[in-house]
Amino acid sequence: MSNFISDISLQIDLVDIVLLTILVVVAVAVIRVRDLFEAVVLLGIFSLLSACIFTTLDAVDVAFTEAAVGAGISTVLFLATLTLTARKEKAQYSHSWSGFIVCTLTGGALIYGTLDMPHFGDPDAPIHQHVAPRYIVDSPEEIGVPNMVTSVLASYRGYDTLGETTVIFTAGLTVLLLLRRDRRSRDRSASPPTAETTDRRGSHVMRHAMVLRVMSKLFIPLILLFALYVQFHGDFGPGGGFQAGVIFAAAFVLYALIYGVEAAQRVAPPARVQVFVALGLLLYIGTGLASLFAGGNFLEYKVLAHEASHGEHIGILFIELGVGITVAAAIINTFFYFAGRGRA
Amino acid sequence: MDTFIHLASWLCLLLGCCFCMIGGVGLLRLPDFYSRIHGGGVTDTLGAGLVITGLMLQGGLTLTTAKLAMILLFLLLTSPVATHAIARAAQHSGLKPQVADDAA
Repeated sequence: MSNFISDISLQIDLVDIVLLTILVVVAVAVIRVRDLFEAVVLLGIFSLLSACIFTTLDAVDVAFTEAAVGAGISTVLFLATLTLTARKEKAQYSHSWSGFIVCTLTGGALIYGTLDMPHFGDPDAPIHQHVAPRYIVDSPEEIGVPNMVTSVLASYRGYDTLGETTVIFTAGLTVLLLLRRDRRSRDRSASPPTAETTDRRGSHVMRHAMVLRVMSKLFIPLILLFALYVQFHGDFGPGGGFQAGVIFAAAFVLYALIYGVEAAQRVAPPARVQVFVALGLLLYIGTGLASLFAGGNFLEYKVLAHEASHGEHIGILFIELGVGITVAAAIINTFFYFAGRGRA
Repeated sequence: MDTFIHLASWLCLLLGCCFCMIGGVGLLRLPDFYSRIHGGGVTDTLGAGLVITGLMLQGGLTLTTAKLAMILLFLLLTSPVATHAIARAAQHSGLKPQVADDAA
């Protein structure tokens, strides 16, 4: 029996070593390549490898987010950005010795620091001794949600998640402010583009591809359905608002890629998408205020219903929905502005 | 019966790995773009398909197998479409396939 266990741990070690080695190789390759298109694809691979490592560490929620955000949406946004800028990195061959020394010293200090860190996956590491045992022991009683990650994110650490949602809201707002002003001033100088010309300059290669149109029509409803499943099943399995929002937005991005941004904007008018960016955050804050009015603290969900765990369920449902709406709307909005900008 | 399923599953897994390797070699060694994506396509469909079939045989009649079956269906539908999209985009951007005369 003990032989069997050591066998398994050896296998896990091997998987870790292989994954981490490929991760380092990919990271070096990202730095070395001059073609930005290649760098973006390699970054996607990097994220997917990270997701695999998170899965071997049993952090499926994080892996899910990394795969959806890092490997999925970020790659698409990077590619959309590349269509606006140059494809090649500017060649810079100046070597500075001071830079080399600073990098070596900092790197050496960091490696020296890792000597004091607990071993990889050590159960006695300080991070597993502090608040984690309390969450693991008490959260089924206190929150009553099977997925502990969700109860930590949405209930114990509700303030942090509110902060994260605000960051996404701010990012969406910034993209809007930066890119919209530019578009308006250009519209004033040049004649405004008609829908016809932008449509034709859009992805008409893809729009006339019968196979892609048929398959996207088959898959977009399934993607949306899966996003809703991830959203509302987040209490019971891996998933939650962040992942669901990204997957929901991915369906719209796919639609825009195949039918053109103009067509996607007819389905989801940008003015309305912008409202939803704010609406999600307001739903989150509103849930907090509701618990305040019900006699508890801000974001203390257990006062929302007669039974404490029932109140927690309601609170988590609403704030996850708020996160999902904000994330989905912010990503759709960002994609519209990035992808629409080169063509307008 | 158990042994048989085990054997079949391992056969599928190993064959799938083989096809993945063949696809990888094809991606690196084949002469031009269109033949290379043909090599990549082997990895996506036959390689991944056989690996997932092998895993399904390991799983037996469980929810895991049902999920794997869905992933398999998804892969079988999306991978060829992705390959098709890449080839189409390349053709549209004016990349000519290499024919036998050029290779000489």
